[in-house]
Amino acid sequence: MSMELTGAEIVFKALSDHKVEYIFGYPGGAVLPLYDQLFQQKKIKHILVRHEQGAGHAAEGYARSSGKPGVVLVTSGPGATNMVTALTDAYMDSIPLVCITGQVPTHLIGTDAFQECDTTGITRPCTKHNWLVKDVNELAETIHKAFRIATTGRPGPVLIDIPKDIQFKKGIYKSHETIKIDSYQPNFEGDIQQIEKAVDLIANSKKPIFYTGGGVINAGPKASEALRELVSLTGFPITSTLQGLGCYPGEDSQFLGMLGMHGTYESNHAMHDCDLMINIGARFDDRITGMVSKFSPGSKKIHIDIDPSSINKVVKVDVAVVGDAHSIMSSMINIIKKKYPGFKNSNKEKISDWWRQIEKWREKRSLSFKQGAKTILPQHAVHRLYELTKHQDAFITTEVGQHQMWAAQHYKFNKPNRWMTSGGLGTMGYGLPAAIGVQLAHPKKLVIDIAGEASILMNMQELSTAVQYRLPIKIFIINNEYMGMVRQWQELLHDKNYSESYSKALPDFVKLAEAYGAVGIRASKPEELDEKIKEMISVDRPVIFDCVVEKEENCFPMIPSGKAHNEMILGPEDEETISEEGKVLV
Amino acid sequence: MPKSAYSIDTIEEKLERVIIVAWVDNEAGVLARVSGLFSGRGYNIESLAVAKVDEEKNISRITISTNGTKSVIEQIKAQLLKLVPVHKVADYKIDDHSVFRELALFKFRGDSSLLKKAEQICIDFKGEFLDKTAQSFIVQFVNTRREIDDFIKKAKPYGLASISRTGPLAMKKGSETIQDNKGKVL
Repeated sequence: MSMELTGAEIVFKALSDHKVEYIFGYPGGAVLPLYDQLFQQKKIKHILVRHEQGAGHAAEGYARSSGKPGVVLVTSGPGATNMVTALTDAYMDSIPLVCITGQVPTHLIGTDAFQECDTTGITRPCTKHNWLVKDVNELAETIHKAFRIATTGRPGPVLIDIPKDIQFKKGIYKSHETIKIDSYQPNFEGDIQQIEKAVDLIANSKKPIFYTGGGVINAGPKASEALRELVSLTGFPITSTLQGLGCYPGEDSQFLGMLGMHGTYESNHAMHDCDLMINIGARFDDRITGMVSKFSPGSKKIHIDIDPSSINKVVKVDVAVVGDAHSIMSSMINIIKKKYPGFKNSNKEKISDWWRQIEKWREKRSLSFKQGAKTILPQHAVHRLYELTKHQDAFITTEVGQHQMWAAQHYKFNKPNRWMTSGGLGTMGYGLPAAIGVQLAHPKKLVIDIAGEASILMNMQELSTAVQYRLPIKIFIINNEYMGMVRQWQELLHDKNYSESYSKALPDFVKLAEAYGAVGIRASKPEELDEKIKEMISVDRPVIFDCVVEKEENCFPMIPSGKAHNEMILGPEDEETISEEGKVLV
Repeated sequence: MPKSAYSIDTIEEKLERVIIVAWVDNEAGVLARVSGLFSGRGYNIESLAVAKVDEEKNISRITISTNGTKSVIEQIKAQLLKLVPVHKVADYKIDDHSVFRELALFKFRGDSSLLKKAEQICIDFKGEFLDKTAQSFIVQFVNTRREIDDFIKKAKPYGLASISRTGPLAMKKGSETIQDNKGKVL
């Protein structure tokens, strides 16, 4: 059945057909008809941000924590250009976003009209696909295609640019059931012969390791369940990328911790020395591989990925399976159960030397730190935050920098979709708006943005959004007054020339919180930390927690650039000189 | 420790020349998507030819001459196929299994004695004359890139004033065809 609606009505009908609950946006001249339509309907709630970039990251947080696409509505020109960072961020981290931008009326396109920009041109390299809709009769179909493309295959952001006159014009609404995209048919089930080859490699390996990434999380909660079964069934060790944290329990004995530049000693050494690497939903990012020519030189590699262009892009693999992680892992489990009944026990002996070696690496305790009595160590702050919140299924977002790595190292996740961080693009200013999106998707849950004092200032204005919608997010600032990761690299690589990495004038974060109508809490002594964290958790309002920490602490362990996994450094001091008692082990 | 936050590339691989063909929906912006992918990811475009080939299905065929290592060529193909309006991608190695042809137009200018010499070279290379005046002529060639390059080298001193080339098109020899994912011949 088809009916005549205005472009603006078509947009909202399509959004409600796709069961959209929230849109994140900011009004402006070229989207006024859409905002008028928003005003006249009640199904979809609009979250008014303070800057369009915030809308994008909030939608990302919503999407990552709920598994549903995030929807954004912004105006033409600056509204669209302010979205570019968030779109690129979502593209790099494979987050499904549908971004609707207003555009100047069709007859003004190309005339340098007020607030005109070439939105589809600017966003072409940072979206999975984008459209400029010039015919109102194609609008419904375009929105349906947009949702399909954003959410299937390797998810990603899409953008629909709608000129203002198209929002007014009347056209036919088509329902989404009939939509076909001939040229877009992502693979879902993996090739069964390749899967069987992968299982054969698994059965013959003496030093295997699972290396899992965000693809497992994107494949849905069932993929995480399948991964747990597969890991348990094989008895193999498992490590995870930054984006994959949570798809396997962080405190499980088979879990070696995160790998890569700031990964654990045991996971990086196991990656280097393994004879079989089973990559599920990860993409051999350069923060993971270190120097590619020295990357895991002796191993056979299996790569399971839904994106065919990820295969052999960085690292050549022996067996590639293109498809959905859940579907492929389920097939692998079935084949192992059928072909090798009782595999875990029968295979135990074969991999026992490997586990002994891993235990030796574990003894290095590469994440240990020594908390003194005077100042709070950032690692300690994250560790205490974890200990005091782990019983309540908290959702963590981060900004970008040292605090992000400490959060990844010291906060353990047991479930997928609990960890939202900007990994690919590394966007400072991501965590606060992302936390807003997460809190909307999970109104009753504890949502914490583990932040740095430099990053948080990049999208500080969004605290106003949190206050407006009574979203009790917690902003936990690890405040060392430096752009810590920049300072760390300057210390290690640039002769301690701390060029522009110190913030000489920072706001008083407690007063800043109060100015926004939120709650400010400060902790600067180790003995008051726990009590203040508990206070933060108990407040049912947005909180800025200013955690004043040791200024020049570095993030270790670390693979220096150009080095291999087995050449990582553990810290400034020889780890043997730290007494066992002094170590805080996590 | 090298002074870089990134590893430094030390591997040098052999470059090969290849013609890549993409069948795409003939829609606004599709060429920008393809060319933007090449520039954005640092791939090289030597030449590019594009035209609609299927009126009914609204399909265009984009032919790109490029070079890269084996793995880069594979990556180009995979990245192209990821673009939503791209139906199919194929590569044509410069070997005996395919034919390659490009069209070139040349304008010669000069006095009659110079043009006479130029004309003879054009006749030797089997050019087709499209326009002649007392001071100039235009000649057309349909040939391989190498043949046309050879011609340019020979003809250059004889009043060669303007060159326009399409870059190569490619097709597999024999009855072999390329099909889309529904089995339809492209």
